[in-house]
Amino acid sequence: MKASTSVAITAAVLVAGFALCALQFPNIASTRVVANLLTDNAFLGIVAAGMTFVIISGGIDLSVGSVIGFTTVFVALAVERWGIPPFAAFALVLVLCALFGAAMGAVIHVFDLPPFIVTLAGMFLARGISFLLSTESIPITAPIYSAVSDFAIRLPGGGRLTAIAIAMLAILVLSALLLHLTRFGANVYALGGSRTATALMGIPVGSMTIRIYMLSSVLAGLAGIVFSFYTAAGYSLSAVGVELDTIAAVVIGGTLLTGGQGSVIGTFLGVLIQGMIQTYINFDGTLSSWWTKIATGVLLFVFIALQQGLMALARRSSVKPPGVKPVGVST
Amino acid sequence: MSDSSAPPAARPSLLEIRGLTKSFGALKALQDVDFTLGEGEIHALLGENGAGKSTLIKVVTGVFARDAGTVRLAGDEIAPRSAKDAVEAGIATVYQEVNLLPNLSVAQNLYLGRQPTRFGVVRQAEMRRRAHALLLDYGLDIDVGAPLASYSVAVQHITAIARAVDLSARVLILDEPTASLDRHEVEILFRVMRKLAADGIGIVFVSHFLDQVYEICDRVTVLRNGRLIGTRDITDLPRLDLIRMMLGRELAETTHERAASQPDTAREVCVSFKGFGKQGYVAPFDLELRRGEVVGLAGLLGSGRTETARLVFGAERADSGEASVAGKAVRLNSPRDAAGLGFGYCPEERKTEGIVADLTVRENIVLALQARRGLHRPLSRREQDEIAMRYIRMLDIRPPDPERPIGLLSGGNQQKALLARWLATSPKLLVLDEPTRGIDVGAHAEIIRLVRDLCEQGLALLVISSELDEIVTYSNRVVVLRDRAHVEELKGDAVEVSSILAAIAADAPTAQEVAS
Repeated sequence: MKASTSVAITAAVLVAGFALCALQFPNIASTRVVANLLTDNAFLGIVAAGMTFVIISGGIDLSVGSVIGFTTVFVALAVERWGIPPFAAFALVLVLCALFGAAMGAVIHVFDLPPFIVTLAGMFLARGISFLLSTESIPITAPIYSAVSDFAIRLPGGGRLTAIAIAMLAILVLSALLLHLTRFGANVYALGGSRTATALMGIPVGSMTIRIYMLSSVLAGLAGIVFSFYTAAGYSLSAVGVELDTIAAVVIGGTLLTGGQGSVIGTFLGVLIQGMIQTYINFDGTLSSWWTKIATGVLLFVFIALQQGLMALARRSSVKPPGVKPVGVST
Repeated sequence: MSDSSAPPAARPSLLEIRGLTKSFGALKALQDVDFTLGEGEIHALLGENGAGKSTLIKVVTGVFARDAGTVRLAGDEIAPRSAKDAVEAGIATVYQEVNLLPNLSVAQNLYLGRQPTRFGVVRQAEMRRRAHALLLDYGLDIDVGAPLASYSVAVQHITAIARAVDLSARVLILDEPTASLDRHEVEILFRVMRKLAADGIGIVFVSHFLDQVYEICDRVTVLRNGRLIGTRDITDLPRLDLIRMMLGRELAETTHERAASQPDTAREVCVSFKGFGKQGYVAPFDLELRRGEVVGLAGLLGSGRTETARLVFGAERADSGEASVAGKAVRLNSPRDAAGLGFGYCPEERKTEGIVADLTVRENIVLALQARRGLHRPLSRREQDEIAMRYIRMLDIRPPDPERPIGLLSGGNQQKALLARWLATSPKLLVLDEPTRGIDVGAHAEIIRLVRDLCEQGLALLVISSELDEIVTYSNRVVVLRDRAHVEELKGDAVEVSSILAAIAADAPTAQEVAS
């Protein structure tokens, strides 16, 4: 109930913000702008889907930005220098990402270390390796790249729903199904509620942790592939700091940083809000693009305060259970 | 329960423990303990702090490995190595702290890890239907789709029990399940327990509410200091005998020395409480503390002794009554208020609530005084050294090294350093919760001597102890607690072990009944 309240608030902020933008710049309310917004933020949406799982389970994954950077460099080198067919390169890099995520999950579980530290190490590691591979930006000229960027579904009003935007929407839908409808998803929420209790209830906590970080790294890898399509290049400095944008999107989407509560749809709304702010600043033209960061910061702050307030409110008016009438004493 | 007083042998035994022994280093937590639980029996496991109840439970549920002895479940020897092993063997435990997931729905909590699925998708409607039907059996008609956190602790307990039993438990261990329930909720839980017992499940019930033990249990096993004191049918066991088993006191043992007490009206009242209490915590009480007087708080574990101390020190906020110091009403909402009024408190959990283990003896001693002076008026190092050395000498803290981390000192010396911490603030009132717990015999006597000395210097003392002999030795008055209420105040010659025992055992209406 509280979770849906958070999502409703995020949705309301998005609608209100969009309405304000449209009032000032009527052109914003077009399928073209909206479709571009989806394309520009496709990689963010994909990586944020993975982050949603991690944060709901009570963890955090700081390595995703570096994993995106690594993926773009690796794909560019594989396709352009090593002569590996693009799809084989994609498969290879996703396997590497899966192993990387599994290793982080295993370290977190086996040595009982805070995910913050372990994924921070992962962040440096992945970024370092991508610099080791190449320090320059490598353009990708494979035919599949131009084919994919040419592909788009035309929307009424002139918008182009690109392949990478479709990929993001598909991944968000699949992630939502996985999180909300399966045992795996229920276990993710359980872990965020209490690790100890989850273990006592016979859930294999170790393998869950490994699989969650694996999922996050694989989705970061996918985001990296999408990013390479978006920029048609591989560069070791790409997606620096994206882990923080991702966390911001997830939290603005109503997922509790302490775990146990959240949703994929909320995360999608969080991504859209960030995209909307960016779009507004582009339209305005006079504002520095750094205002995106400031606006995101303010929103993040407001949302966290809001969540705390809502939770306090919910605690105070906790539901009186039907079937049991509490008498007198309450603690 | 006259129909259930058949000889225990008539019941097929379910869980048989023989000669169970478990040590932690030099400490013998369990020595040669036998315990038998029959099918469909509700069996109370009783004992004061350190009696070995939780060690026994933890061995049976696989948290600790045993050193010696056998555990048989329905005739087969078992040796669970984890909580999961124990659950698979058919032994489920529900703790006072519900180990479920408050953020998930009741239905998810019941079926986590074994939800009905079709093509990998959890069948939510089917799961809810089953969960609802399962809980109906326990007399709960609730919306199982709502988060567990939105229900009362009683419902959470019943959910935990329903999950455990549904996982084919044959033995159910309930570790203080009623501690945070009100009377009505306790009744709901008891209904569930009776139903399960009728289905043949054996229930081990750990509680310190004796009324509840008499109400629901068939037999009682009492442990004390890691040893089995005995197992009795509840119908053959008068309450006074049960309390004697738990506290280990015989009426014949009550000879003791006592400080000659002058009439207490002669002393000036230092702090007084009127109708002071907190709902669901401690029933409102009146208490007067006088200069130069020791007031003892006696009662069983969980009777409200520590709770009273915490209220007096403002660690818990009272919701009724008022406190006054030297006749003037005062605000007492936080330990800070209390310290400002000249109160000091040495808590029972010395390691977690008392000492700061990594700091030195000196730093621990000056802590309260510095806090009272405020951060902008730091004690100079010379003053600190002086204070530390003065108390180290006065209380004979060993080794007499103010720069040693306090965590390296023995329990008795840590306790003295804690006393020093408050004495350094020249308090009016000092509250000591179990000052002699976990302290060797020599230091024990010293602490008692210190308590007496302090009292003679004009301090008011409120002391909690489970050691009745000890309490009788130094107390001018003794307040007896039962079921979270102050039930009797003994003074002068009435302060005797036998009269305290009688007051604890008296069959009066419980605080909960009075409150509701």
